[in-house]
Amino acid sequence: MAVGEFEPKIAGFLCNWCSYAGADLAGTSRMSYPPNIRIIRVPCSGRVDPLFVVKTFQQGADGVLVAGCHLGDCHYNEGNFYSRRRFALLAPFLDYLGIQKERFRLEWVSASEGRKFSDVVTSFTNDLKKLGPRNVLSSGGRG
Amino acid sequence: MARIGVFVCHCGTNIAGVVSIPAVLEAAKKMPGVVVAADDKYSCSDPGQSHIRAVIEQNKLNRVVIGSCSPRMHEFTFRKVMVKAGLNPYFLEVANIREQVSWVHSNDKEKATAKAIDHVRIAVAKVARDEALFPKKVPLTKRALVIGGGITGMQAALDIANAGHPVTLVERESSIGGHMAQLDKTFPTLDCSACILTPKMVEIVQHPNITLLTYSEVRQVSGFVGNFDVEIVKKARKVDAKKCTGCGICWLKCPEKVSAEFNEGLGERKAIYVPFPQAVPLVPKVDLENCLYIKYQNYVEGKSEGKRPMQCRICEKLCPVQALAWDQQDEIVKEKFGAIVVATGYKTFDPSVCGEYGGGKLPDVISGLQLERMFNSSGPTGGEVLRPSDGAHPKTVVLVSCVGSRDEQRGRPYCSKICCMYTAKQTILLKEHDPEVQCYVFYIDIRTGGKDYEEFARRAQEEYGALYLRGRVSRIYEDGKQLVVLGEDSLMGRPVEIRADMVVLATGVEANEGAAELAQTMKLSHDVYDFLTEAHPKLKPVETQTDGILVAGACVGPKDIPECVAQGGAAAAKVSALFSQEMLTSDPMVASVDNARCIGCLLCVQVCPYKAIDTQVLRNGRTVALVNESLCRACGLCPAVCRPKAVNLRGFTNQQLLAEVNALWQ
Repeated sequence: MAVGEFEPKIAGFLCNWCSYAGADLAGTSRMSYPPNIRIIRVPCSGRVDPLFVVKTFQQGADGVLVAGCHLGDCHYNEGNFYSRRRFALLAPFLDYLGIQKERFRLEWVSASEGRKFSDVVTSFTNDLKKLGPRNVLSSGGRG
Repeated sequence: MARIGVFVCHCGTNIAGVVSIPAVLEAAKKMPGVVVAADDKYSCSDPGQSHIRAVIEQNKLNRVVIGSCSPRMHEFTFRKVMVKAGLNPYFLEVANIREQVSWVHSNDKEKATAKAIDHVRIAVAKVARDEALFPKKVPLTKRALVIGGGITGMQAALDIANAGHPVTLVERESSIGGHMAQLDKTFPTLDCSACILTPKMVEIVQHPNITLLTYSEVRQVSGFVGNFDVEIVKKARKVDAKKCTGCGICWLKCPEKVSAEFNEGLGERKAIYVPFPQAVPLVPKVDLENCLYIKYQNYVEGKSEGKRPMQCRICEKLCPVQALAWDQQDEIVKEKFGAIVVATGYKTFDPSVCGEYGGGKLPDVISGLQLERMFNSSGPTGGEVLRPSDGAHPKTVVLVSCVGSRDEQRGRPYCSKICCMYTAKQTILLKEHDPEVQCYVFYIDIRTGGKDYEEFARRAQEEYGALYLRGRVSRIYEDGKQLVVLGEDSLMGRPVEIRADMVVLATGVEANEGAAELAQTMKLSHDVYDFLTEAHPKLKPVETQTDGILVAGACVGPKDIPECVAQGGAAAAKVSALFSQEMLTSDPMVASVDNARCIGCLLCVQVCPYKAIDTQVLRNGRTVALVNESLCRACGLCPAVCRPKAVNLRGFTNQQLLAEVNALWQ
């Protein structure tokens, strides 16, 4: 890794039943990924209020990941359907705020997908490195 | 004033080998509210736990953060330490610095340490906003409901009843016994099925703790663990069970004959009937569709047209105890139960969709269950194996396995598990019934996992001379009095043609009729084949996602008898454990409503997957949301949609999560 390379700050909201367990599995299986992500455990991806995501960006995050169970596999039957709809609406709003929508990711990672979790974090980190630091008052905002 | 203690676990070298523990301790001491930071070689060990307790007591700590393995691993352990130290167990947060730090970032110790510090800081921020939570005590009804009177449900009912708890066993058919009652012999011991089943059936009906409701169905289930409200429809038999002695004169003399379902369409039964001679209870029911007097009544009432049916009533005239009750109506039983065991079983695949096997049109192509009925001495042929077309004894029999199993084209890609074994059993029984019979078995693989199973299947081939051909059957057609079976022997790599007298299709296992509807009534999940989903396929095989509802047997997936019995017993053990408590403790980490903030929009009611949110009218006339804490499963959908932020999820409150967000990076 080159000295002084940009290291994005990433926050991940992981659902307790699938994605958090998937992240644990990545650990138990020693599937390493970039150390840029900080993890907050939530019961369900449907618990994540869109405002938490906005607040996280305000806190200086370069990227935010929300991960839950695969559709149809939600521990609470339907929680992730709500998050899917909710964050589909949030994405254009982030763009409006001047935060490229590529900085937000919603992923489905099951408790058995340690490899997928590791891959998601790796690709997200690499993409964010390419995007560069987030300019809080970026000129990308409209209006 | 929060007095927070941070404990960092080395986990041997699992954490300490990557993360610099002194650096984490140093950073932790500077975090707001932190009074003390200490480390342990193994925090979860006995000395580790004692050390944590001692430090809590010395420093008068009131909140604790433990930097260790995943909270999914040891959160519960550390909560118990809190209780021992005299603190509320919910003043605890676990920072995951093993699975999500040291084990995945071992190549960059510096960054791993920085991430561990961040994870500890996030936990410290959260713990400062933790609230003391107290589990509530909820009363429970120590009465169990078992749905399904097959071997699984019977075993569950008996085990619960023997533990001293009252049980209601509900069965859809007019007798208990299920599929096992249809079988003649069971693999791999060739035990007579009825000989091992009927004593259990009798035990059920005589057990003082068991209430048996046959010809009944569960219509509605509401409530929660310990307190389910269930509505059961007791269908009208038109026979007074209290008067009936089961003498059998009615079904002997009834003039109306109908194809017998219990015999899989072979042979006939009457319009007033018991499905099989050992039925429990031995009380007949009137077949409302075929009884002549019922038809007559319908005609008189103008419900049907055509020729006026005979006003038969022969059964009524002959009944020595006047047990016929024509005015009997469906009855609805409402009862409270503390736990429910679902054991609704399976049905066999319908081979009439398989055109290549004759599509159900060739009379001498029968299903495994039909052959089973023929073997049975109380079956339609009195225990003789006869060709349905002409009643001759078949000498060449072809058995086809995997009919409706391992067949992706027919939407049944799974293995039905029992067919290999019952096919092997049937080759043995065929030979025993008639030593001149030659059996041919077409198979994909012979799957014989189970105690003594492989030996049994080998015996079928080696001692009883069944010829096993590896390959599928492509076509079966009639040629004169015989059937021509075209198939392939994939080991020899050539086509095979066998002229057979009879073909037996080893039909696979399917979810029972109405399984999906019942699952929806009880809010259980099911897979694409309508098999019910267990809470965990390995570690919670009989639990479901709904506390207090257990699943057992073939309604979860294909199973043989020993597995079903084991699962019935397992479900009963869970029920007994639940009923060993005087009161239930409910998890306090559930949603709650701040009445002052609630505007009564009730968006939360709409999103709740458990219908756990009700409304209440306050004294000032405002309607607000009210969480039923026993129903709430703490998913957190409601606080996420609440606009005035009146609903919160204890343990994951908005304040806690925002504090975590604020603490993400220094």
